[in-house]
Amino acid sequence: MHMVVLTKGVPDFREGQVSFDEDGHLERGKTPTVMNPNDRFALEAALQTRVRHGGRVSVMSMGPPGYKEVLREAMETVYADDLHLVSDREMAAADTWATAITLSAGIETLGEPDVVFAGFKTADGETGHTGPQTNWCLDMPLVTHVISLDIDEAEGTLRAKRLVEGDIEEIETVETELPAFVVADPEFEPSYRTAGERLTLKDLREETRARAENYEEHLTVRDHADINVDPDYIGLDGSPTIVSSVDPIPKAPAEREATMVDPEDTGAMQDVLGAMQSAVGDDAGDAAAAGGD
Amino acid sequence: MSDYEHYEALVVGAGPGGAAAAATFANYGIETLVLERGVEAGSKNVSGGLIYAEESAPYTIDDLFPGFREAAAERPITKYRIHNIAGDKVESFDLTDLHEHDTEWSDSVLRRKMDSWLEDRVHERTRETGGGLLTGVHVNGLLREEGRIVGVTLDELDPITADIIVAADGVNSELARDAGLMDWDEPDEWFQGVKAVVDMPEDAIADRFDVAEDEGAAHLFSGDLFEGVRGGGFLYTNRDTLSLGTVFHLDSLVAEEAEPHQLLDALLTHPLLAQWLGDDYTELEYSAKLVPDSKKVALREPHFGRLLLVGDAAGQMQAQGPIIKGMNHAVTAGALAAEAYAQAKSRNEPEKAGTRYARKLRSEGVMKKLRPRGYELLRGVAEDDGVTDVVDTVLTSPVGRAGIRALSGRLERLYNVPTLSALMPDTRTPYVTLPTVIAEELGTRVRDQSSVTPLDLEARIGGLTYDTDIGNPHIALRDESYEASGAAVAACPVSAVDFGGGCYREEVVRTNGSEERVVSLDTQPCVECGTCAVVADTEWTHPRGDKGVEFKWG
Repeated sequence: MHMVVLTKGVPDFREGQVSFDEDGHLERGKTPTVMNPNDRFALEAALQTRVRHGGRVSVMSMGPPGYKEVLREAMETVYADDLHLVSDREMAAADTWATAITLSAGIETLGEPDVVFAGFKTADGETGHTGPQTNWCLDMPLVTHVISLDIDEAEGTLRAKRLVEGDIEEIETVETELPAFVVADPEFEPSYRTAGERLTLKDLREETRARAENYEEHLTVRDHADINVDPDYIGLDGSPTIVSSVDPIPKAPAEREATMVDPEDTGAMQDVLGAMQSAVGDDAGDAAAAGGD
Repeated sequence: MSDYEHYEALVVGAGPGGAAAAATFANYGIETLVLERGVEAGSKNVSGGLIYAEESAPYTIDDLFPGFREAAAERPITKYRIHNIAGDKVESFDLTDLHEHDTEWSDSVLRRKMDSWLEDRVHERTRETGGGLLTGVHVNGLLREEGRIVGVTLDELDPITADIIVAADGVNSELARDAGLMDWDEPDEWFQGVKAVVDMPEDAIADRFDVAEDEGAAHLFSGDLFEGVRGGGFLYTNRDTLSLGTVFHLDSLVAEEAEPHQLLDALLTHPLLAQWLGDDYTELEYSAKLVPDSKKVALREPHFGRLLLVGDAAGQMQAQGPIIKGMNHAVTAGALAAEAYAQAKSRNEPEKAGTRYARKLRSEGVMKKLRPRGYELLRGVAEDDGVTDVVDTVLTSPVGRAGIRALSGRLERLYNVPTLSALMPDTRTPYVTLPTVIAEELGTRVRDQSSVTPLDLEARIGGLTYDTDIGNPHIALRDESYEASGAAVAACPVSAVDFGGGCYREEVVRTNGSEERVVSLDTQPCVECGTCAVVADTEWTHPRGDKGVEFKWG
């Protein structure tokens, strides 16, 4: 089996990593780029397929040269046999449409994969379009919101459980022929019910971590000429989407006034205590009086 | 059965017994799968811990795992002393001769470090056989077909069949109990140990214990410092930590309604220990473990069909006074079990692996150490309550005291005779009365003052790492009445009377005018020692793989 997993670099939105300016705009230069967290589930789904059926997992991304690190992260934290970055200036400022054209062309240079996996939405764009649009170019059967996966190699079919409308309450089972395009849901859980699978998993995890130490040996970078796409159809030129403006979401007005108090400041803490005592003091007095008779 | 996943050999538990079995299977080229429920081998394991390599043993841990001592152990133990204590009077004997009897070497160990080192080697060697080692997998019972044991059932995986199953799943072995070979019925068959791992820089250890880099000290403690509970204390030097603990007979602990953590504190704060603990006491980890008393529970035939038991699972823990040996016997038994199967198979009679294994335990002298014949002969008399009372009365009388004084020059030598330790009856006489009288009559006063403030139970529990299996408690109370299960409130090492943060709590329920004392259970702080399985009425299992407590030191 040959699996291709799509991934993207996104700003690390975790507390302590992300940085915003005074106007609430993301400061990209000060915020590290990491692998899109949702792509982990796509990688897990590909790894499960690799454990059960063998073969090869290729991980692909489109983006600046710095995305090599994102591919390394995918290889180290989950699994990859080989890494592929499609990258040149012509691809910059692409919307999801132009990205889909680029990625599908990139995938086609890898041959004819049996399954292509994508994650559900990126943490920055949040559109959820890129996976399905890429598949529109590839023209495979598409299964989205996949939470579990089973492949029958002999029959050449894929059976998946998927969330209907992303709702955990409703799960449907679908079956399709291979090759197929799978969008893994964040609820995706790999399942390894035999010792043999777990031992293979352990081997593969060890291998992929070792490979990630020299990941560049397993990395191929391609520009638009390598993947044979017309520059007019990719990057900013190929993007029909126009972002007219970005407005910060206004903060909900606070109903109460807050005063920040440094816990080390004994005087200020005394004031807090005093305020608390006076706030409950009257009630406490009333209660005592009520209990008096 | 053809539908089940199959391995030739299955080893349950990756402690020293399981590791030895797996390595030996691998040496014979037998396909071997090892299943460990902890997040890493050693994360569920606690021992005192000294590991011995006995001269008389057919297999030792460094035979099976070259480089063990350098990589996985802490310090060679070169000094061994016992301290008889009465109040602040102490009489100390050197037991180095006893310690060195039949000993090739003996090292202190911390189980997380030791077992995780073994894990990597076991995985590597068993992987070559087509098997391997998996962590986070809990084997919860035996798989039977037509009444015969054919494999195991698991929480995380589908059932697995095997031609031979080695249960090295510890003192609370679920496989031994499923097979009907072990139970949790009698408190007097078990000891309970609790331990604190204490931080101490190497140079402080060198100064305070007067040991060089490749030396270490072991100290044992007995006498009147444990409220009359039968048992004693220990202190072992590790590389840059100390292991300090107490071990008591479970029946005695229950009878005295003693709190194990307080008995540990009695040791930690005794003035004798001030010279070693100084004024910078930092406790790194609190732990507890049930210990089988091999004199009573070591199985003579530790097998049933394809199932062979090794180590604590088979009761193979020799605790005879100052002789405390468990891990070495587990290693020997594990290797013998695998060897027995390999030989039985080569003779085309694999079904005889069990009887062959039991025979090896006898012919290699293991059984004789675990169940000394002298103890069996004397037990009837020596453990009679009436006899104990008479002996204790004589010992504490002027006549007895005069006798102890008269023996003074020879007592140390007597303590060093291995066969006498093996004969020691499980009564208060050798654990409490005799050491107390020795200290009173011959001891000198300790002038030091302890400045140790032990952690309270809440802080000890708070310092442990848990991955709680929320909504899926692994222990259930079958009978919550105080009569049936109340003993657990004090005896559980992470519970205490009037402490709300432990596993077991006493509650009074008022119903329709009457009051009832009941016990409630919250397994969150559980350290999986198994004490409550013995002293309370429970449905006891281990947590699922990766779940529950995770010891960092062990």
